[in-house]
Amino acid sequence: MEALAVLWYFLVFLLIAGYFVLDGFDLGAGVLYPFIAKDERDQAIVRRALGPVWDGNEVWLLTAGGALFAAFPDAYATTFSGFYLAIMLVLFALIVRAVSFEFWAADAKWRGVWNACFFLGSLVPALLFGVAVGNAVQGIPMDAAGNYNGVPLLGLITPFTLLCGLFGLAMFIAAGACWLAVKAPLGSGLHERACRLRMPFQIIAFALFAVLTALVFALMGGTDGMAAEFGLVRWLLVLLFVVCMVMALVVGIGRKPGSDLWVFIYQSVAAVSSVFLIACSMFPVLVAASPDSIGAPITLMTAGASGLSLFCMTVILCVGLPLVLAYHVIIYRTFRGRVSEEDIAAH
Amino acid sequence: MDLLADQVLLSRVQFALTASYHFIFVPITIGIGLLMAIFVTRAFRTRKAEDDAIARMWVRIFTATFAIGVATGITMEFSFGTNWANYARFVGDIFGAPLAAEALFAFFLESIFLGMLIFGRNKIKPILYVVSAWLTFAGSALSALWILIANSWMQTPAGAELSADGTEAVITDFFAAAFNPSTLVRYGHTVLAVLVMGAFVAVAVSAWYMHKGRHASEARKVLGTSSVVGLIAVVALLGSAHASAVEVWEEQPTKLAMMEGMYETEVPELSAFGFVDEASEEAHTFAIPGGTSFLATGTWDTEYPGLNDLAATEQFGDIDVATMPVNFVYQVYHIMVACFGLIVVCLALALIFNRKKAKRGVADMKWLQWLLIVSPVFPFIAIQSGWLTAEVGRQPYVVYPSMSGPEGVQMLTEAGTSVSVQPFELMITLALFFLVYLMLFVGWVRVVGRFIKEGPVYDQPAEVEAADADAAVAAVACEEEAAAATPAAGTEGGER
Repeated sequence: MEALAVLWYFLVFLLIAGYFVLDGFDLGAGVLYPFIAKDERDQAIVRRALGPVWDGNEVWLLTAGGALFAAFPDAYATTFSGFYLAIMLVLFALIVRAVSFEFWAADAKWRGVWNACFFLGSLVPALLFGVAVGNAVQGIPMDAAGNYNGVPLLGLITPFTLLCGLFGLAMFIAAGACWLAVKAPLGSGLHERACRLRMPFQIIAFALFAVLTALVFALMGGTDGMAAEFGLVRWLLVLLFVVCMVMALVVGIGRKPGSDLWVFIYQSVAAVSSVFLIACSMFPVLVAASPDSIGAPITLMTAGASGLSLFCMTVILCVGLPLVLAYHVIIYRTFRGRVSEEDIAAH
Repeated sequence: MDLLADQVLLSRVQFALTASYHFIFVPITIGIGLLMAIFVTRAFRTRKAEDDAIARMWVRIFTATFAIGVATGITMEFSFGTNWANYARFVGDIFGAPLAAEALFAFFLESIFLGMLIFGRNKIKPILYVVSAWLTFAGSALSALWILIANSWMQTPAGAELSADGTEAVITDFFAAAFNPSTLVRYGHTVLAVLVMGAFVAVAVSAWYMHKGRHASEARKVLGTSSVVGLIAVVALLGSAHASAVEVWEEQPTKLAMMEGMYETEVPELSAFGFVDEASEEAHTFAIPGGTSFLATGTWDTEYPGLNDLAATEQFGDIDVATMPVNFVYQVYHIMVACFGLIVVCLALALIFNRKKAKRGVADMKWLQWLLIVSPVFPFIAIQSGWLTAEVGRQPYVVYPSMSGPEGVQMLTEAGTSVSVQPFELMITLALFFLVYLMLFVGWVRVVGRFIKEGPVYDQPAEVEAADADAAVAAVACEEEAAAATPAAGTEGGER
């Protein structure tokens, strides 16, 4: 097994984890938006809490997509073309959402339209990302060349994949509530609602995690088919997820001053551990094949780019990632702290 | 019905439409980006309220346009997997890296510093604000470089070889692939063209203010800066156009033959306009004999192979001359050239009549104002038709078998689509693209139209409502009337 291909297998999941955490909170906040923002002032706070950072967050998705294309072209081709309508729905959602961010403030007459775009544009990806991952885990039917040959869109929705979608959605929403609790002015109605809402969604996510784990054991033979070398790592990741979720709940309920950021951090670490749990459970598979599939599962051995290509990608990443992290430090530091009255007035 | 069931055709139509639409906003974004950075820098240096107001206005227009460019750009990155899965499998070893690099180096840079530009005005030091403006522009220009590396590789593949089993192109030399024979030429040509586009948008907005008699001082300033930027870009474009033509001559013979409507081997003429009768395989043109030969090689009598002779070679054996869109490529290429002529005329007029010494300025010339207001149409058409020349001209290949390209690294467009995607799915997404993109366009026109109407942004109490703005205009008008009335009254008084 090529060491570089293994490295890139986990790097792709790292980029996905980055996306799950960073765009996770702003997609989640978008889903909560119509329920949590009671008036235009609240709406302005939510948008100000996301405005400076959402675009950079979304680039994690483009980077993960580009890295999947570069490192595992066959996996990229199979999933993106096989999940065609679902990906297109996500795409349209992200498009109208991106535009709603910039146009909402400038176009008062169409504010209702842009608000709706923002909500739907957040909900659809938040739900469908989990469904897509669920399909890659559960397995899809493919022809000999690796093309999905099941029913378009509807064939991708099974109880398992739907539960994966709901787990993702619950994690996104919980993260969104945690972020808004970090950013909303203390004592505001918005802060109060964000604190109250984060707990139930964390509990739902936690419950769905338990159900999905049970399903993996009941329907998919548990850890039997999984790579043995990651046996211990998997259990540690489960432990990390559980500990972080419990800590997020406990600290969140305690509501001590300054605890909001910690709840957000615990929530984020839990999200990262869930992504790597999937990586370690699927390894070395990228797209599993269903029992009736003619084509074999797509693995890092069969889908990987050449050694030279992966080497170039590694160099690109070694130069690029530190820069990207530096940009993030700059932007999150510049806009640290809660949204203030001047911030709201400025927009 | 056949057309609607043609998966290859539908995939091509979807890509063409989404790419063309994306490239309405990209040129405006990058073009305005440079002007915006210049205006922000000027405001920082002069500390004048007027310069600051101009800078703020162009940051707003840039932001609104950038948003659509980003949103519609996601479509393009996804489309290689969603609609061109077999293409993605064939070229993934080479083509994926520039896309990943584009996201890593360019998208993060531009999106994060754009956040600084929009929200950071009162949060960061003024000098950092200037730096953010330049970094945002640099990010957008860098993004163009990576995507042109990818696109140029499809035109003139290099640094790769066909894998042993013949199913994919494998990279052999990263730098040879990235800086393939057409990368820098085509990047230069594209960037210069988009700078012209941005300059013309600013020229048109200034001309509109002059037409309305508003913001006279700001309009002159913006018109001056943007027409100078435009002039520099246009002069440089002459060089890049020449280099692009030479590159096509040397590397892409079927494209050159289509551009000049050549079915038989001959000395290529330089035609100004005409049409190609595809049925009789004859070009009816108004042309300088041997002109293209001269421009490409410096001699008036170098022969160049026509399409029929190219089709007889092993390299281009896949082409079917009867189905090649020769007239289309001929027309779009010549439309691009014609628009370039109109661009030069508009710029020259803008520069001549915006001079301080000019006896009559643009502000006094209604016809010139109107010409400049509509003038962004010319670079717009030139850019779109230029891309059509480049991309339709490479058909029927998606990876073109260029003259210096590695053997076997080529792919027909029809072989590149996604097998899993059915025609009815494409029809659904085409309809959705139509709806969503139409809504975006209307939204963009509304928002940018509002920004232009509001004009340069001076510091005012937050949230100026439209009513307040109207009241302010009315108040100014009253003052002007009063001012006009006072001397008149004075004179009358004097006479008495």
